[in-house]
Amino acid sequence: MAVVEQEPVLLRAYQFTPEPDSASWSAVLHICVMTVDHKKIGIMYVIMALVFLVIGGIEALLIRFQLLFPRNNLIGPETFNGLFTMHGTTMVFFVGMPILIGIGNYLVPLMIGARDMAFPRLNAFGFWATLFGGLLLYFCFVTGGAPTMGWFAYAPLTEHTFARSAATDFWALGLAVSGFGTLTAGINFIATILAMRAPGMTLRKIPFFVWTMLWTAVLILFAIPPLTVALTMILLDRNLGTHFFDVQNGGSAFLWQHLFWFFGHPEVYILILPVFGMVSEVIPVFSRKVLFGYEFMAAATAAIAFISLGVWAHHMYAVGMSRVVDLYFAAASLVVSIPTGIKLFNWLATMYGGRIILASPMLFAVGFLSMFLIGGLTGIMLAVVPFDLQLTDSYFVVGHFHWVLIGGTLFGTFAGIHYWYPKVTGRMLSERLASWQFWLLYVGFILTFGPMHVAGFLGMPRRIYTYDAGLGWDFWNQVTTIGAIIQVPSYAILVFNLITSLWKGQPAGDNPWHAWTLEWATTSPPPAYNFETIPTVHSRRPLWDLSHPDDPDWKYE
Amino acid sequence: MSSLLLLASAETPDLSMFDPVSPSAKSIRDLSILVMIITGLIFLVVEAVLCYCLLRFRRSTPGGNEPPQIYGSQPIEIAWSVAPALIVFMLVLITTRTLWEVNTDLPKPRADDRALFVTVVGHQWWWEYIYESHDGRKLGFTTSNELHIPVGDDTARPVYLTLKSSDVCHSFWVPRLAGKTDLIPGRTNHTWFQTARPGLYLGQCAEYCGCQHANMLIRVVAEPIEDFERWLDHQQQPAVVEADLHVAQGAFLSQSCINCHRVRGTTAAGTFGPDLTHLMSRQTLASGMIPNTPENLRAWLVNPQNIKAGCLMPAFGLNKHDLDQIVDYLLVLR
Ligand code: HEC
Ligand SMILES: [Cu+2]
Ligand SMILES: [Cu+2]
Repeated sequence: MAVVEQEPVLLRAYQFTPEPDSASWSAVLHICVMTVDHKKIGIMYVIMALVFLVIGGIEALLIRFQLLFPRNNLIGPETFNGLFTMHGTTMVFFVGMPILIGIGNYLVPLMIGARDMAFPRLNAFGFWATLFGGLLLYFCFVTGGAPTMGWFAYAPLTEHTFARSAATDFWALGLAVSGFGTLTAGINFIATILAMRAPGMTLRKIPFFVWTMLWTAVLILFAIPPLTVALTMILLDRNLGTHFFDVQNGGSAFLWQHLFWFFGHPEVYILILPVFGMVSEVIPVFSRKVLFGYEFMAAATAAIAFISLGVWAHHMYAVGMSRVVDLYFAAASLVVSIPTGIKLFNWLATMYGGRIILASPMLFAVGFLSMFLIGGLTGIMLAVVPFDLQLTDSYFVVGHFHWVLIGGTLFGTFAGIHYWYPKVTGRMLSERLASWQFWLLYVGFILTFGPMHVAGFLGMPRRIYTYDAGLGWDFWNQVTTIGAIIQVPSYAILVFNLITSLWKGQPAGDNPWHAWTLEWATTSPPPAYNFETIPTVHSRRPLWDLSHPDDPDWKYE
Repeated sequence: MSSLLLLASAETPDLSMFDPVSPSAKSIRDLSILVMIITGLIFLVVEAVLCYCLLRFRRSTPGGNEPPQIYGSQPIEIAWSVAPALIVFMLVLITTRTLWEVNTDLPKPRADDRALFVTVVGHQWWWEYIYESHDGRKLGFTTSNELHIPVGDDTARPVYLTLKSSDVCHSFWVPRLAGKTDLIPGRTNHTWFQTARPGLYLGQCAEYCGCQHANMLIRVVAEPIEDFERWLDHQQQPAVVEADLHVAQGAFLSQSCINCHRVRGTTAAGTFGPDLTHLMSRQTLASGMIPNTPENLRAWLVNPQNIKAGCLMPAFGLNKHDLDQIVDYLLVLR
């Protein structure tokens, strides 16, 4: 009965599928607003994230120009504090998460041989909630300025006493609303992956990217609600006179830190697990070898997800917890490095003995491998409590997490974008532009964030709008700013390449990389219904089986 | 005092955690170097393998036969799970050792304990230092923005800080003396250090605390015990004012300054701003931001917002006469 009722809705949704040539701007807009197609929603997520990436990038550049010289007068403290608050919030909530959720949205149904996500309309709701969250956040500029409490908004800076303007309300509201969107996306991924797989695709046979999306979704389910609760408490404090974080009236500044980091640490893995998935698709294809140790990789992913829920207070070593508590969190955080190490070793083993083709996706994947390692190792330094007491809240931390989020998340995401762009558009990206983009980013990135570690060693705290000359910090800050400037053309090239390749790029065909997962079995771009007939799957690499009928994968799995 | 100033200016300011002068900062430094060697080795090995793979197995043309497919190997997986696990175990052990060295419990002041106890209160964007006791002797005076401590040459003279905040979270960080400890409203934390090297140790608030977080600077003056005791005796005195400055003092006391500032020995008893009793004994103004010169003091009173935009002392639009008088008065608060 229920199925019959659903039918017309779905039909209506597909009727809006655009005919590329006849689409005028208003028609395109209409389609965007009305669509429940996971592919269009996925693309909209990615475009939204790229727009916010540019905004967040401009904020970062302004920050860097202010720090170019000691006692520089370019930007005052209030504006500077607003800039880094908006930069951090934007990059985490409106670039990192949406770009990964968007890519997942596009790929998961295709990779598991489904026609759409489990709940297509909920999917559209998730996107719009995220977008509205972002707009709400930026609406603060209309009301007179950015929030200035930093992206982790330590109480009681968010209380009315210390933040009078409505900006803080918009910040909390924007994150809460987009959080609902993220939450629905998480639920949708879990339902889709558990219930919509093609015949024959047991959970042990899903593509690795899908497996990482599953665990990302689980983390979303655990991590976002505490944040939503904490944001609601801020809004109640500010607007209805409660005292959750109002220390003067018996509230607790400490409570916020626990709630925030209970979200904040898993968030790091929400931002990296899908990337692990993407490079786990790219590296095998461009080494022409099957992913080494799939089961161990899968177990490592689950282990990382579990452990990451129990390490949050490693952000709080300096708050004066007991030594035993500190030690537990240090040990748990260090343990995360074991499954992470397993992943790195397996990727290297996949490359070993392969036929490595350094096409653009692989170039970015190798960039990811070489840089993410460093971010992981500086993470080990930070987990060691006494070392962290010197490093926490210094520029070293800023260097560390940018290394993870750019060297890790962004490089990996770019690998994914270059890998799947032909599938999404039917055209190849320009390899020449891609390698310019890569090398500018690689060099610019190292120059930007490498010196930050040194500045941290030399005692420079984060979030300062200015500093005195003669402390040995000037030079390192100048190199950082130069590095940031070198990165700028890289992003411009990416945008240029993404746009112009739409018509200039070589036609891609169904499977330009000779890859093995299901999304490459359908046309590029895929039709609205994804597959004419739902394929039946026997192994993790169905297309390998097709091209090697004599030696199929399922014999070995 | 002047010799100390010389000494302080001769030494180039240095905030490096790799240049420690106190036992806890030293054990952190030693641990850090060890951890960096371990992570550095891992880095070299893994990057070398990556480079080898790229050089050895890279093909410039696609196509050709697919290489042998290797699906995995249990012994290898176990090997590279166990090896990191051993490293992690070792890291936990050395972390524990140093952690117990660095984070010690706060003792109670005892007679002749050679220890200094100070309560530090963080304010948006300056530091309040309440000297509790030294060598078992009760002190109980307050000063601001410049922490004086004795150096212990033959025997240790530990300094114990009790850390509180009056408004938002701050963090006390002087890298050469100790790691960070946060000042959290509603909680009491503590930290300690000791040093045998006289000198000026710089640091600053390390937990973002609002607008002027960047200028919440810390100055720790470590001086020989005789100098330190002289300083203590002096700081404990109330402000003394010669007869010819009574008019100037009146000008100060008739302003709203007294609501926020304290000058011991007068009716000025505010606690919202730094204690000014011995203002001119300090080297800087505005929490370490500018040198404490008569010109800077004057500029500060004309408009603090020009110097430290957003700070919690407003401009008063004082007329020239009042300004002269107040500056004259403050200049004798040595
Ligand atoms: C509303 C409270 C308030 C009033 C009234 C006020 N001040 Fe202040 N004052 C402060 C605060 C807060 C600071 C610390 C500023 C900082 O460093 O961020 C300060 C700092 C100072 C300093 C620098 C102290 C140091 O060690 O760095 C001096 C000197 C000073 N005030 C003098 C005065 C005088 C003179 C008056 C009266 C004309 C006055 N203040 C009125 C709040 C006040
Ligand atoms: Cu964390
Ligand atoms: Cu502070």
